[in-house]
Amino acid sequence: MVGIASFGGYVPRLRLERKACVEANAWFNPALRAYAKGERSMANWDEDSLTMAVAAARDVPGIERSAELSAAFVASTTMPFADRQNAGVLATALNLDESLSTLDVTGSQRCATSGLIQALHGLAPGNGRTLFVASEQRRTKAASPLELLAGDGAAALVLSREEIIAEFVGSYQLAADFVDHYRSAQDTFDYSWEERWIRDEGYLQIVPRAIKTLLERLEVPASRIGHFILPSPFPKLAQRIAKTVGIPENAAADNLDGMIGDTGAAHSLLLLAYVLGQARPEEYILVAGFGQGCDALLFRTTERLAGFSPRRGIKGYLERRRPESNYNRFLAFRNLVEREKGIRAEADIRAPLSTLYRNRRMAMALVGGQCRRCGTPQFPKGHVCVDPKCGALDSQEDYCFAGRTARIQSWTADRLTYSPDPPTYFGMVVFEQGGRLMADFTDVDASAIRVGMSVDMVFRVKHYDELRHFPKYFWKAAPDAASDSTGQKN
Amino acid sequence: MARGIKDKVVILGMGCSRFGERWDCNAEDLVVEAAEECFADAGVGREQIDAAWFSTAIEEQHVGKSGVPLAFTLRLPFIPVTRVENFCASGTEAFRGAVYAVAAGAADLALAVGVEKLKDTGYGGLPQRSRGPLNDMYWANASAPGAFAQLATAYQAKHGLEMEVLKRAMAQVSVKSHENGSRNPKAHLRNRIDIDTVLRAPVIAEPLGLYDCCGVSDGAAAAIVTRPEIARELGKKDLVTVKALQLSVSNGFEASFNSWDGSHFVTNRTAARRAYEEAGIRDPRAEISMLEAHDCFSITELVTLEDLRLSEEGHAWRDILDGFYNAQGKIPCQIDGGLKCFGHPIGASGLRMLYEMYLQLLGRAAERQLPDPRLGLTHNLGGFPHQNVVSVAIIGRLGA
Repeated sequence: MVGIASFGGYVPRLRLERKACVEANAWFNPALRAYAKGERSMANWDEDSLTMAVAAARDVPGIERSAELSAAFVASTTMPFADRQNAGVLATALNLDESLSTLDVTGSQRCATSGLIQALHGLAPGNGRTLFVASEQRRTKAASPLELLAGDGAAALVLSREEIIAEFVGSYQLAADFVDHYRSAQDTFDYSWEERWIRDEGYLQIVPRAIKTLLERLEVPASRIGHFILPSPFPKLAQRIAKTVGIPENAAADNLDGMIGDTGAAHSLLLLAYVLGQARPEEYILVAGFGQGCDALLFRTTERLAGFSPRRGIKGYLERRRPESNYNRFLAFRNLVEREKGIRAEADIRAPLSTLYRNRRMAMALVGGQCRRCGTPQFPKGHVCVDPKCGALDSQEDYCFAGRTARIQSWTADRLTYSPDPPTYFGMVVFEQGGRLMADFTDVDASAIRVGMSVDMVFRVKHYDELRHFPKYFWKAAPDAASDSTGQKN
Repeated sequence: MARGIKDKVVILGMGCSRFGERWDCNAEDLVVEAAEECFADAGVGREQIDAAWFSTAIEEQHVGKSGVPLAFTLRLPFIPVTRVENFCASGTEAFRGAVYAVAAGAADLALAVGVEKLKDTGYGGLPQRSRGPLNDMYWANASAPGAFAQLATAYQAKHGLEMEVLKRAMAQVSVKSHENGSRNPKAHLRNRIDIDTVLRAPVIAEPLGLYDCCGVSDGAAAAIVTRPEIARELGKKDLVTVKALQLSVSNGFEASFNSWDGSHFVTNRTAARRAYEEAGIRDPRAEISMLEAHDCFSITELVTLEDLRLSEEGHAWRDILDGFYNAQGKIPCQIDGGLKCFGHPIGASGLRMLYEMYLQLLGRAAERQLPDPRLGLTHNLGGFPHQNVVSVAIIGRLGA
């Protein structure tokens, strides 16, 4: 038996109110008013598909210290690097052992479901588990319907041959070069064809064929499907297709379009992570992915499902929400308007690649040192122990600070230094088990921040080198608004 | 402790340029302005100098590296010139080099010159720049005000002070410096302000507002030092000597070890303790006549006054509001306007502080003159509260 052993998800905290976007653009395209309801998730300026992938993986309890992983896959059509393995960046950020198969899967909106099928088939006896992450931040033109329909988010699955919460029953793949949209290698944005054609000739023709074939081959009656996942830009389409193929209409999963939007290549797995968070044992979950054909995967939950929960899960992240009504901020974060950034922004701060490689554990995985002699954790790792009573030389083992509880000792909101989203919040964060760092903050609620508040360390873009189009990643402290001044969770 | 520097070295002469937005000046022009005053005051010529120390901090904005720019500007006769940089405490480093060379007998007359030409960046505040490739990978995206604002939130939390009370005391720090600066013709900012103006000003880095931040200025300052016997041979009668000269540098303890609470400077306390010991001072609040603290930000001055043991810990805000550090107070602080109003051309600032103490000790401070000061302290700090360098110098009349 192979299947899913654990899962996690991630949705950015910012939610752009679609109304704000429509109000700004309806003068140009009144048809946008049809999309004015609800919110879409919106990556912060320091988030991209890779940081969201790391966040989703870190939503799986214990992932950072998992010695059982033997492979890490990343599926996305919007990863920051076209040629630098993004899965390798993810693995470094998670501080995974270098004895690891890593692979990027891309090229289609169904790359995540296609990749997942391959990853499940590839689980060989004797090998470890596979981390499979899908993440997407689609680039959309201002005033396009897709700008309103799309959302940002990620999901992570750990695939295994044992301790399974959802068994992989089987899959079917149908390839059809149906070009509903495309993005050429030279392009930043999608080019799309007529929506009615996409719906009627694409989804309604192709998806039912794939589902029927799968269920026939597996000899599972459609009526037994408890949850049916089909992302699409069309309202109620999953219900309509469910009806066509005999799946109970109420099995069609909420595609979260009112709260997140369509997270592109990640959306099938994001919805799967959402459904797994609510499903009961012994239920069938049918997952479909559409894009130049269709993938259909069938899972059956096990008794173990009841004993598992992700750290926050999609549901938890849906609740961790901050409405954004300023459409200009969205445009700015996406670099869709040329802004006056001031001369301060001209400072050329590049990352020498050789320096980055030597220090990759420090810079990418928040690894410092812990003194063997006195036990003091410290960041960064140094040759001489920082405890003045110790001072041992070359005594430090690697010590990862990610995932450890820390609190704010001092902070400020800096309006002088250049930031894409001023003011810049930063301050001294002190780890409960030892160690500290003067850290940038992110996802700050200005009215709640205070000394003593607890923070989560999160992997983010520290600085984007616009000359060389290179995101420099590091870790930031995200104040936990749910903690009181003693750092206890409410 | 080593035998120390007390009374071994005399300040023979000093000079200081006008500080400010010197749009018409290159760094070299400012150096000449300060150095010429210094040579005239010392009564010696350039050819008599045995060695020189030259301080600049952000040399990429003006003169570039090395001792060459100073040697070129003054056409020094092929003598040793050492360029020093230690963040914003660079000026005192130049002085330290010159003083130690004289004390060691390696030089009879040594020159210290500090300069900074900051107003060629195109914007206000200090230049946004790389901190080094590895540091850039993990240091917080901090401006100087942001880094020092940390002191305020930590101090406020530690002492359970109402932020409004702390902000009022911080405002008074700046009000007092503007009052003093208004009487200094060389100061960058010469306007008087009131507390409400400070409190209403735009926020730069919470809780620091515009008037909690010092000026960013162009300027230069210089000193010539020698031994007491040489000064007497040159006809000097009132001698100002170095009583103490100490430097303390962070080693990562504050930044990486969970002990420091962020509300004070570890280095301040270390440098002050050593300096008082070197100068033979037991009760600084009773013995120090006046001081120039490194008031890059109002909160820096406030916590420094406690670190220097001039105010009790947790009580500087009250002394400040009581006028203890005003020009008419018990220990006038920033009698020349301080970094806040005289200005802060980084490489020159440590020497500028000494310049005012020197003038005061010789009774040459004109309108700002204090009655009979005996010991003046300068506190020159560079870096961030969690990683910095601090120098404390004490000068006084020989025999004081």
